[in-house]
Amino acid sequence: MSSTSATHDSPGATGTRDGATPSGPRRYRFLVRSRRDRVLSGTAGGLAESLGIDPLLVRLSLAVLTAAGGTGIVLYLALWALSTEPDTALPAHAVQQRPRNRQIAAVACIVAGGMLIFRSLGIWFGDALAFPVALAAAGSALIWARSDESDRRRWARFSERLPGNPVASVFGGRISPLRVAGGGILLAAGMTIFLVANRAVASARTVLLAVLVTAAGLGLIIGPWILRLARDAGEERRQRIRSEERAEIAAHLHDSVLHTLALIQRSEDPADVAALARRQERELRAWLDHRPTPSAQQDLRGAVDALASRVEQLHHVTVDTVVVGDAPVTQHVEALLLACQEAAINAARHSGAAHVSIYVEADTEGITAYVRDEGKGFDVDAVPADRRGIAQSVIGRMRRHGGSATITSRPGQGTEVQLELPRSGS
Amino acid sequence: MKSAGLRTRLFLVDDHQLFRSGLRAELEDEFEIVGEAGDVDQAVAGIVALKPDVVLLDVHLPGGGGATVADAITRRGAGATRFLGISVSDAPEDVIGVIRAGARGYVTKSISPTELADAIRRVHSGDAVFSPRLAGFVLDAFRGELPTSIDPELDQLTPREREVLRHIARGFTYKEIGVRLNLSAKTVETHVSSVLRKLQLSSRYELTRWAMDRRMI
Repeated sequence: MSSTSATHDSPGATGTRDGATPSGPRRYRFLVRSRRDRVLSGTAGGLAESLGIDPLLVRLSLAVLTAAGGTGIVLYLALWALSTEPDTALPAHAVQQRPRNRQIAAVACIVAGGMLIFRSLGIWFGDALAFPVALAAAGSALIWARSDESDRRRWARFSERLPGNPVASVFGGRISPLRVAGGGILLAAGMTIFLVANRAVASARTVLLAVLVTAAGLGLIIGPWILRLARDAGEERRQRIRSEERAEIAAHLHDSVLHTLALIQRSEDPADVAALARRQERELRAWLDHRPTPSAQQDLRGAVDALASRVEQLHHVTVDTVVVGDAPVTQHVEALLLACQEAAINAARHSGAAHVSIYVEADTEGITAYVRDEGKGFDVDAVPADRRGIAQSVIGRMRRHGGSATITSRPGQGTEVQLELPRSGS
Repeated sequence: MKSAGLRTRLFLVDDHQLFRSGLRAELEDEFEIVGEAGDVDQAVAGIVALKPDVVLLDVHLPGGGGATVADAITRRGAGATRFLGISVSDAPEDVIGVIRAGARGYVTKSISPTELADAIRRVHSGDAVFSPRLAGFVLDAFRGELPTSIDPELDQLTPREREVLRHIARGFTYKEIGVRLNLSAKTVETHVSSVLRKLQLSSRYELTRWAMDRRMI
């Protein structure tokens, strides 16, 4: 059943993926806008991708040319008009070329040359504006440009983790102090020259205005992008937390309340029923009040023994525990213990065996637990998907806490549940 | 109908009269129970006089514990007498103590009569008997690196021995372990015996310290 659906599935899936490339227009495209790296329209990002340099360099170059005589805007519009949108069906260029110093130098030369040409042509706002801006841009590029892989990765992480302080997240990494110093000097020089030159030419009011306009422009360009990123990340995280919390609550209710209800239905002794109900009420109240469960205050050994005696009390089986090594009972270890308990309860209820063995071993790699019975066993593949006990309380719980669960069973051969929790996750 | 000499001659040592009677009832069909004792002195005297094949030795005894009995007998020359530790307490220091004093194995009192009979036969034939608990203790005691080891041969378990012990701790029988690890039952026995030897001869002082630490819990 499952094998037929798999063979039916896989050619279909590869077919659509392969089919997309030839069916799409194969004509040569001058420039494809970037889908991944996009501030306004992705034009600068696309150009950077095709040149194999940092998009920041392209943007700074355009800014410098804009400041020099407005040609940056003209150039941007021309590039935008000539470029095409990327195919949505195709994945974005996954591999970005490594920027090479030669290409960066070439861009710098082109910009400088362009500036000189425009200056001699008379398309020029004036030396007092153009040269300081160029200087400041060079400094900025030196500091901020992603010149190596580690920087690139840091940026990728940074954009995943917004909101956060961008400066801290960039400088928190290992950026060369030489680059920071050199870039800082260039930036400062550019700003000083700008101020000195403009004090002679323009009044202080004009300078203030220019600064304000620039700041507003920057805010307009970058602000929405950062806001959207932050909102998306926040929303996604909220949803993940919400669904994890829901699953945790469901697992807890299954372990506690549903279990007790099942026991009550089977029990005929009213005193027994009352005792079960009282115990459940106490547990549920403690849980709702966020009081730590008893095992939280113990070491691993004590916690395993406690869960074994709980299982022994609830079901008429003997539970043997063997614990090797020790570990602090963190939230993740707590989850492993609860999964362990659930597996033991499952064994007690369904296997028919009078005896359950629990073996827990903690070492430097993590914690491994085995819950084993010699009962009637079952066909693992034949368990319906809606059987909550195994699915939610054991496998789902372990997965949510960074671990894994493996169930080995065959009819007539007993059952063993193996739970693993890497130490990094504990 | 008692064909003495063919049946294993068994001596029971436990401070609880009730438990001894229970053991006697369970085991006398299969073994010849030559005597029993409730404290260290009685036990030593009885074992020396009767020379049983196997002594079922409670690790908790008034007057020094099972380790004292095994120690005293071994020092006098135990002959063919072998010891099997049995306990309800499972305190590691007692269990390790009785093993280091010369017992060939250790079982818990919750063991089923058939398993107990099997363990006694095993010990009589010279094999080692490890309960899941004991396997756990040994794994725990032999854990970690040994920077100042005197004899790494003795003070460390081989990966295979570790694997066998882990399976015992998980509750598998020797036969099942053999199937799972693709070993003969004899090879599993060899691994277990060599672990027992290491446990008895190991010079690692961690073994003692570890057991002492556990008393505090």
